[in-house]
Amino acid sequence: MTVREMSRPVAVAVPNLERLKHALAAGIITFLLTSLIVGIETVSSTGELTFNTRYKEVVIASIAVFFGSWVVSLMREGRPLPALFGGGAVTLVLGALLIWNNLDPSLTAWLPFNAPIVNWGVLIVPASICARAAQMAAAERARAEGRATPLAGVGKALEPALPWVGIVLLVGAIALPWLPLGERTQAKKIIDICTIVLTYIMLGWGLNIVVGLAGLLDLGYVAFYAVGAYTYAMLSVYFGWSFWICLPLSGVLAATFGVLLGFPVLRLRGDYLAIVTLGFGEMIRIIITNWRAVTGGPNGINNIPRATFFGLPMERDVPEGVVSFHQFFGLEYNPNHRVIFLYYLILICALVVNFVTMRLRKLPLGRAWEALREDETACRALGINPTNTKLTAFAMGAMFAGFAGSFFAVRNQFISPESFVFLESAVILAIVVLGGLGSQIGIVLATVVLIGLPELFRELKDYRMLAFGIGMVLIMIWRPGGLMAHREPTIRLHDKTRAPPAVAAAPKPAAEAAK
Amino acid sequence: MVTFIQQLINGLTLGAVYGLIAIGYTMVYGIIGMINFAHGDIYMIGAFHSLIVILVLGFFGITWVPLALVFVLVIAVSLTALYGWAVERVAYRPLRGSTRLAPLISAIGMSIILSNSVLLLQGPRGKPLPLKTESQFAAPFQLVTQDGISAQITDKQIMIMLITVLVMVGFTLLIKRTSLGRQQRACEQDMKMASLLGVNINRTISLTFVIGAALACIAGLMVTLYYENIKFNIGFVAGIKAFSAAVVGGVGSLPGAMLGGMLIGLIEVFFSAYFSVDYKDVAAFGVLVTVLIFRPTGLLGRPEIEKV
Repeated sequence: MTVREMSRPVAVAVPNLERLKHALAAGIITFLLTSLIVGIETVSSTGELTFNTRYKEVVIASIAVFFGSWVVSLMREGRPLPALFGGGAVTLVLGALLIWNNLDPSLTAWLPFNAPIVNWGVLIVPASICARAAQMAAAERARAEGRATPLAGVGKALEPALPWVGIVLLVGAIALPWLPLGERTQAKKIIDICTIVLTYIMLGWGLNIVVGLAGLLDLGYVAFYAVGAYTYAMLSVYFGWSFWICLPLSGVLAATFGVLLGFPVLRLRGDYLAIVTLGFGEMIRIIITNWRAVTGGPNGINNIPRATFFGLPMERDVPEGVVSFHQFFGLEYNPNHRVIFLYYLILICALVVNFVTMRLRKLPLGRAWEALREDETACRALGINPTNTKLTAFAMGAMFAGFAGSFFAVRNQFISPESFVFLESAVILAIVVLGGLGSQIGIVLATVVLIGLPELFRELKDYRMLAFGIGMVLIMIWRPGGLMAHREPTIRLHDKTRAPPAVAAAPKPAAEAAK
Repeated sequence: MVTFIQQLINGLTLGAVYGLIAIGYTMVYGIIGMINFAHGDIYMIGAFHSLIVILVLGFFGITWVPLALVFVLVIAVSLTALYGWAVERVAYRPLRGSTRLAPLISAIGMSIILSNSVLLLQGPRGKPLPLKTESQFAAPFQLVTQDGISAQITDKQIMIMLITVLVMVGFTLLIKRTSLGRQQRACEQDMKMASLLGVNINRTISLTFVIGAALACIAGLMVTLYYENIKFNIGFVAGIKAFSAAVVGGVGSLPGAMLGGMLIGLIEVFFSAYFSVDYKDVAAFGVLVTVLIFRPTGLLGRPEIEKV
């Protein structure tokens, strides 16, 4: 008994008065924070500014924070029961009210907030407090009875399965268009979302070379994406060049931009580089917006030609003498063919990026990147040229962004500066960091969480971005190293657990690509 | 000549705003070495707080500008300062001591949260200032007149410069003379040593955020009065320009932040007057890149000494 008690985490008991003061402070601060921004709604009608008050919400939020802070503080001390019952009760009452309200809208006045989606979103908070408390209570009881804590072994048991996750995902991604996805429009929607997710995965993998491997903080990555997109759009619209010629050109041009930008600024360290890349990203966007004669200005470029299937256009009606895709293969015309074609195109592009990255990590260049990330001064002492090494990483990342950009242009058939704002750079960086710097599979998971989930809830337009921001902060606090923390060097000296590099570098593309 | 003087006045006004925001960036960067991306949105919150206080005061019949200003300075500034505290407490303190990128991502997330909540709560449209300022302020002073065109300075511009000078004097005294300022500077130089000597690190860092947010709110108030129209997304552009200003002046240097702010403001205004309005931001960032290439630590920054 004594041994068991000693092994329990020591919880510092806070006096009740102290806890009350703390909870009260949290409630009052919430009240003050929300008092003007939430409590007073400015309405500008007919040039005059007037206001409405919304103090019901402010008071409810403050009281909720007061009690929440109280039960969470008790829970931290190892007394999860108030949190369990309090959180459970609130969840049940609010949930019941919401469901009832769906059937009978007269209850709206009883709900804490006006917007229904906010009510549902708020429901998550007591529910998660309750779940956490339940987990703690269960662990407590298991410990008291001398059993193993539930859920404790789950993480360990999953570890050997990790290499297989990549392969399963890869097989799933290849098979996706052939799965029964429902009727045509629904299948199109699902494949479209997956295409968007894959675009971001590709961008994430590209930025991972710069940020994850070489350790250069790039806040203007979207500039290269824009260069790629505008290269294809302008060459195809003005000169009628085909997608298959423009794709490599976009990459080359984006890489050239990367070198041009990188050459003067890569001498700078860390955060200075970040701010210069941010400035560069903004400059590119401003130039695109204002150079109306060439880029179409804020209106963008319309009617960008579609990609052909190795010369076979994927249209229903083709001009005389041209064989279209469905005629060539003797198929019924189906607009989804093009969607599936684009899906496979981006899948292949993304896998190429992944494959190149995996290979590069094993080359001296890749090792130099990782070494540079860890200690620049040491690298310099060992004779690695930091500027050139950084420049290659920068150019490589930029090139992949260029490829992704031209794919974006061919898929959307319309581009405008709106698509290349700083937020996009932030989103891609968030994917890389949340995935765990340097982890390829982590980036896939982070993209699915950050892009895929919100994409499913497109109708909630404005709330989507809010949820996105909250998700970013919460994941960072929960796992500061990212979902899959991976900062292990690819190659180690004197490492007996690993196969020697010569064997590890033997070609096994499928398995490697899946990682 | 007249145009030059006029643009000089406009540029200094704009520069004062950038400078006040830049101080918040430079202080935070100096003490914990992170780019506080949410700072631009704190400035936006400050502008909204000021606008709402003015609006409510107008409802109670207080429209005399000096009195209204006192109310705004007390209420809006303290509430915005509280935002600075809360953002640090919620999003950055749990991440102290983790990787360098973690707080940066958290800050970007916080920036998205702040601007989108204001978008949802206050609507996407620009909000006009409810105060009728024309009747309150005298006609602009004519400074120089030449060929029938005159360079003028308005009451508001004088007020903005006056407030900036007063705030800067007060702020410099706070940092140089008070024990709070000493603790802040001590933490900036060596946090571990300061904590060994009994400085409360968490409190000092919180106060840094509070002071930065208060200054950002004053900048927000000035912009609200000056442009008479604010929107939920003004924080981003002002934020990155103010950060550029902090970097140009030398990150960590408080006079540098003001100098950088003035420089960015002047360049932006002169470039739009003499060359092109559309590309004024390109000019501002161009200056940033040029300064960094030739003086990587900024104009007034101390050179970084590297120890292995």
